[in-house]
Amino acid sequence: MEFEATRDAYGKALVELGRINPNIVVLDADTSQSTRTNWFAKEFPDRFFNFGVAEANMTGYAAGFSLCGKIPFVSSFAVFGSIRNFEVIRTSICWAYLNVKIVVTHAGISVGEDGASHQSIEDISAMRSLPNMTVIVPADSRETKKAVFACIEHNGPVYIRLGRAKFPVLPEASFKIGKANVLKEGKDISIIACGLMVFEALKASEFLEKQGISCMVINMSTIKPIDEEIIISCAKETKGIITCEEHSIIGGLGSAVSEVIAEKCPAKIKRIGIKDVFGTSGKPDELLRKFEIDSNSIYNAGLEILNDRL
Amino acid sequence: MVEIDDIILKITLISKKIRRLVIKMLSIAGSGHPGGSLSCVEIVTTLYFHIMRHRPLEPDWDDRDRFVLSKGHSCPTLYANLVLSGYFPEEELKRLRMLDSILQGHPDRLMTPGIEVSTGSLGQGLSCACGMALAGKIDKKDFWVYVLLGDGEIQEGQVWEAAMSASHYKLDNLIAFLDYNKFQIDGKVCDVMNIEPLKEKWASFGWYVQEIDGHNIAEIISAVDCAKKIKEMPKMIICHTIKGKGVSFMENKPEWHGVTPTKEEAERALSELV
Ligand SMILES: Cc1ncc(C[n+]2csc(CCOP(=O)(O)OP(=O)(O)O)c2C)c(N)n1
Repeated sequence: MEFEATRDAYGKALVELGRINPNIVVLDADTSQSTRTNWFAKEFPDRFFNFGVAEANMTGYAAGFSLCGKIPFVSSFAVFGSIRNFEVIRTSICWAYLNVKIVVTHAGISVGEDGASHQSIEDISAMRSLPNMTVIVPADSRETKKAVFACIEHNGPVYIRLGRAKFPVLPEASFKIGKANVLKEGKDISIIACGLMVFEALKASEFLEKQGISCMVINMSTIKPIDEEIIISCAKETKGIITCEEHSIIGGLGSAVSEVIAEKCPAKIKRIGIKDVFGTSGKPDELLRKFEIDSNSIYNAGLEILNDRL
Repeated sequence: MVEIDDIILKITLISKKIRRLVIKMLSIAGSGHPGGSLSCVEIVTTLYFHIMRHRPLEPDWDDRDRFVLSKGHSCPTLYANLVLSGYFPEEELKRLRMLDSILQGHPDRLMTPGIEVSTGSLGQGLSCACGMALAGKIDKKDFWVYVLLGDGEIQEGQVWEAAMSASHYKLDNLIAFLDYNKFQIDGKVCDVMNIEPLKEKWASFGWYVQEIDGHNIAEIISAVDCAKKIKEMPKMIICHTIKGKGVSFMENKPEWHGVTPTKEEAERALSELV
């Protein structure tokens, strides 16, 4: 199996985009080594701007750039690039409907050893609540590249959430903003996942299938606008839905899916995510296990749904 | 010097009209911010009627100078300037803050012709203005970016992040005005959270600083002329002003920050503005 960090794919995609599109500018707040925007900076020093440790100001500059026809990519760690500067994103960018791309890395608890201060588990919730914002959580490096290219075709604010760790690379698939991908058809249980959790979902589906349970696995990489159609068909055609995300169970993918089924097609649902607590230091795989968001936890949730133990 | 005297006379007369429009629209709207609108009338009016290069019938003209009202709550003064410049009809002022009006409670670039940046959340406008100025430099454009800040507003940390970055990027196409009217909502700025020493602060952040009487049109014009000649650094013009300027019972009264005049009070105000 091949592994690649989504942030590495971002760094490469930016350089490619920079060569094609002279309007692209990249902004970072003293995290460019880690977000990989330094690769763009190296090739295009005149279109790269480092603001130091000042995320709110950086976000405001992006608004100004966009108002003058540039396409700014704004990067930092997920915590500092989405929530620290939340209200600037809200007012200066989203309200004004500006063409700004916010691409953050180090999201979720797979950040690992840095611990809770650096583990963003609230950002999907926050970004999803903003009018005009599009929210994308790519599952792997291939999808990251496609999402980064797709986001400049979309006129308006976009939030792309990436990780620090190396993610398994999944089979080639198409990408369209707002369209989920069915990775596996099945009739008993639907597993809807995003980001790193797509791989965990696939693993869990194999365990479940060994027990004779057939699983539909869906990569819901666009959290907003969410693909309602596919959620409704999951609700209708399988016995229950499991959502999986490296994020709080409050406000993220699990909430988005729950909102759709509650209104359109009530069904059993089980949310796999961080259960309203902060993260902690540890290795990524240890943390997935500790916080019960690993493939084993998804497997158990599958059994619970079928045994009606909800 | 006849010419400059004519210009000053013209702007003095327009400023009076602006004040009248501000009072009228706020009185009809029944909510809004008179104090800080009246203190910046000469600054904004001199920009729109003398200093800035702009085309009211072509608000998106690429080479226009940009004005960012960072203290967005003072938008009545901006709206009145846009009307008298010809961006939209005066009739619209009667619908300030009403449902489906193009004139929102705080400036909305998607709703109002001539508004560059959506503001209202204090402390954000300077960063946007800096971004525009930097974009202008990258593209080798010769437009100027003007931004107006409030004295209470600069208590926001983001302002100082922006101040630091403006000198770092040598944004000499950026000219900021500070409406130093000495008051914010809860009282005197020096009591709530002192911002002095102001000149030294901006200077130490790498800005070229001038200090003027913000109601004196000649001083505004010559400060901008002087600022334009300074290369390699952003420019700050600290404008000493009077909150509520032009209406005797509103002057230096923090109560008039966010309260609008009744019909009778508006009439009394208008009788002072003839
Ligand atoms: C971030 C933010 N916090 C609070 C407010 C509410 N508010 C509106 S005006 C104002 C006082 C501003 O004082 P100043 O900048 O001195 O404005 P002026 O006196 O010129 O009206 C405040 C706190 C706001 N608009 N934005």
